[in-house]
Amino acid sequence: MGELQRVYFRFCCFFLVFLCHIYCFPYQKCTFTDMLSCFKDKVGDVLLPGDVFSFQMPESITDSKPEKVVCGPGLRRNGDEVLVCKSGILRHKQPNLYWIDSQQRRYVPGKGESVIGIITAKSGDIFKVDVGGSEQASLSYLAFEGATKRNRPNVQVGDLVYSQFIIANKDMEPELVCIDSCGRANGMGVFGAGGLLFKVSLGLVRRLLAPQSEIAKDLEKMFPFEIVVGMNGRVWVKSKTIQQTLIVANLLESCENMTAQQRQTLFRRVADGSI
Amino acid sequence: MANDNAKLSKNLLRMKFMQRGLDADTKKQLEEEERRIISDEHWYLDLPELKAKENFIIEERSFGPCEDLKYGRMSFKGFNTEVEKLMIVMNAPNEEELEEEEMSRMETDITDEDMARRYESLVGSMKKKFAKKRERSVIEDVNQNATETETKRAFLKPQD
Repeated sequence: MGELQRVYFRFCCFFLVFLCHIYCFPYQKCTFTDMLSCFKDKVGDVLLPGDVFSFQMPESITDSKPEKVVCGPGLRRNGDEVLVCKSGILRHKQPNLYWIDSQQRRYVPGKGESVIGIITAKSGDIFKVDVGGSEQASLSYLAFEGATKRNRPNVQVGDLVYSQFIIANKDMEPELVCIDSCGRANGMGVFGAGGLLFKVSLGLVRRLLAPQSEIAKDLEKMFPFEIVVGMNGRVWVKSKTIQQTLIVANLLESCENMTAQQRQTLFRRVADGSI
Repeated sequence: MANDNAKLSKNLLRMKFMQRGLDADTKKQLEEEERRIISDEHWYLDLPELKAKENFIIEERSFGPCEDLKYGRMSFKGFNTEVEKLMIVMNAPNEEELEEEEMSRMETDITDEDMARRYESLVGSMKKKFAKKRERSVIEDVNQNATETETKRAFLKPQD
C-alpha cells in the first residue's frame, strides 16, 4: 500500500472508533434521584475521559433530600455534572464514594497524603521539600514535634522527611507538616540514617498499603527490615546488611509486573536460596 | 400633664421611668419599632437575596480514604520496635471501636469479684476500728457461741 493509503486507512479506523464511542456511550442524562442508579450501573465498567454523568435538579427539594455523592480521584464536578477525567474502572465504596481506579507514575499532591520528601533548601523559617510533584512544597520549621522559635529542629539539607500535606491544590504552593492536629509526631519527621530510597509506580504503593495487602504479607516472612512508603511513589528500605537492603529493593521494583504466583515463587526462592 | 398616652410624645414614652410600668409585651413591641427605625437608616444593597447553592457532589482528591490505605511506616520481624508500636496504634482506629467494650473490662487490674470480696473485709475492719472496746470483743466473738454474751455483766459480790 502507498503512503497516502496507509494514512487514509489509519484515519478511517480512528474515525470509526470515535463514532462508536459517541453512539455507544452517549451523554448520560438522569434525574437526581436516579443519579445513584446511573453510577451503580457503571461500577466495574471501563470509563474513558470525557464521559459525563449529568443531573437535573428536581423543582421541589422539600420531599426527598437528595443524597450526597463523593467523587474520588478521576472524577470531577462541573456544575451539576460529573466528568470522568481519567481512564480506568469505576469503583464504589459504601455509602456513596465513587472513584476511578487507574495507574500512573506521576504524583499529584493531595491533601492529607503522607509522602517522603527530600529537603532541598533552607530559607528563613521554612524548608523547601522535593516531593516529586510539579513544584516544591514548603515545610515550616515549627511544624515538628516539640519545635519552638528557640528550639529549632535538627534538619539538614538532603534529609528525608515523612510528612503530610495540609494544603495541596492546583492554585497554591503545597505545604507539608510533620505533626498531626494534636501536635504529636506519630512517626512523621526526619528518618533514615542509612537505607535506600527508590521510586515505584503509584499503583504499587497502593497495593502495598492496601488493608489486606498480599505483598506486605509475603514481605513479612522474609527477614527483619524496615520500610517507609510514601504516597508519592517513593519507598525507603533499611535492613541489617546492604545486601539484604538491595534484595528487598529489587524485589519491590520487580513486583510491579508480576502475578501473585510469580511473586510468591520469587520470594520463596529468595528466602530459601541466595542470601 | 396629659392624661392620654396618645398625647405624650414618643421620646417621652421611651424614657426609662415611663417604661417601668409597662408589660413585657409592650416593651418588646417598642424595642422592635426602635430596631426597625435603626435598620431603615442603615444602608444596604438593593439586590435580590442570593442563596448559596447546595452542593450535592463533593470532590475528594486523595486515594487514601477510597481504599482505606494503611500507615506508611512498617517494620517486620522486630527491626524497629518503635515503628511496630506505631503500626499498631495508627492502623487500629477502626478495629478499636469494636474492641473497646471488651477492652474497658480488661483494663482494670482486679476483677469485679475480687473488688467485692475486698470491700467486704474492708467494711468489717473499719467497723472494728471505730467500735468501742466492749463492742470490739463482741464483734470478734461473733463466730463463736452466742450463749456467752447473753449473761449480763453485773457486779459480782465477792463470796467471802
